[in-house]
Amino acid sequence: MSKRKITVAVSGLNNIDSPGPGIPVIRGLKESSKFEVRIIGLSYENLEPGLYLHDLVDKSYSIPLPSSGMDSLLQRLAYINSIENLDVIIPNFDAELHSFIKLGPILKRDYGISSFMPDLETFESRHKSVLFEFGEKNEVKVPKSKMIFSPNEILAVGNSFGFPLVVKGKYYDASIAATPEQAINYFHKISAKWGLPIILQEFVSGNEVNVTAIGDGNGNCIGAVPMRKLYITDKGKAWAGISLLDDELIEITNRVIGNSKWRGGCELEFIKTNSGDYYLLEMNPRFPAWVYLAVGCGQNHPEALVAMALGEEVKPFESYQNGKLFVRYSFDQIVDLAEFEKISTLGEL
Amino acid sequence: MKLNKNIAVSDNGFIFNPLSGDSFSTNPIGQEVIRLMKEQKTKEEIVKTLAQKYNSEEANIEKDLVDFFQMLLSYQLISEHE
Repeated sequence: MSKRKITVAVSGLNNIDSPGPGIPVIRGLKESSKFEVRIIGLSYENLEPGLYLHDLVDKSYSIPLPSSGMDSLLQRLAYINSIENLDVIIPNFDAELHSFIKLGPILKRDYGISSFMPDLETFESRHKSVLFEFGEKNEVKVPKSKMIFSPNEILAVGNSFGFPLVVKGKYYDASIAATPEQAINYFHKISAKWGLPIILQEFVSGNEVNVTAIGDGNGNCIGAVPMRKLYITDKGKAWAGISLLDDELIEITNRVIGNSKWRGGCELEFIKTNSGDYYLLEMNPRFPAWVYLAVGCGQNHPEALVAMALGEEVKPFESYQNGKLFVRYSFDQIVDLAEFEKISTLGEL
Repeated sequence: MKLNKNIAVSDNGFIFNPLSGDSFSTNPIGQEVIRLMKEQKTKEEIVKTLAQKYNSEEANIEKDLVDFFQMLLSYQLISEHE
């Protein structure tokens, strides 16, 4: 069977120590049995390693930061599309998703570019600040949390939730504070980097287990693979992990994806307590950086997402291999100055 | 004595618990115990087999075996032991 030729734009090319999901998503697409994919990389910084991975990324363009506003993003995407004739766009950063979700219908209507993301309401419903309500609605346990805008609020929340307390940024970063003083310190550190609000979350003790999943937006979970981190970097990122056989976790994932009618890829982060209860800590609204493990386990989630974006019917995956490991590695790419100059000055490579 | 469901054991005695993601290596005696467990042998049968093979007191074997089972229990590889 000949493969359908398509062009897919992908962001999140920052394959660094706190990696974005772009490169793993691209690897999944390059291994697709349905599509022959030309990859257009979308970058925010000129040193994102994916820019220089020419065997994976066919052409790259820099795009404006979300803070520049949607108009400039739309303008840039229109320009890129005029050259590349994009079929699908896959945004992979939490911070850019809001803009892309809003632009989704315009991109489809005016430029014929498909995407596969949740609507704004569903996207906002799993936000860290309202995750507790999301858990109640979708029948999954969630630690209590409170959104705060000032360190003065820490003591009252600490008295209510008890210490230790998890201090989280709006999009990224989380630290465990054993005392109010530590919590205040983390408040300042995280807010300086990611802004306000800060989310304080009740600490739940146990083992962290994560699931990469994809929903069709009609209440069906198309695929889900659970993973436990085996090696964690000082940034808390998985450098190695292993796929698990956990029917209960899959059942919870199906329920969350189904009830919320999640559309697109996502990552569910859980704590499994010693008594075997699962608490949802976060639901990230895009594939995780370890999504290629799902491909390795027999579920090509990026391919399924593209197929659904193009309007194809995709049947849920029925199985995956457990006991498969991913072990990340880093290597130094040698890049000619001319390439760096090109992306830096022209915004294209 | 039974290992929990889905616990994978290789010929080399490498044990993988797919529910937790934990893996363990066992020494040759441990491998032998695991093999006997997979053959559905009771604790008494395992004690007798090992005592005969290694020409040792059953009481000594049983003490070590209970320690080993306790370790398996703590690693969630078995659910209970006598």
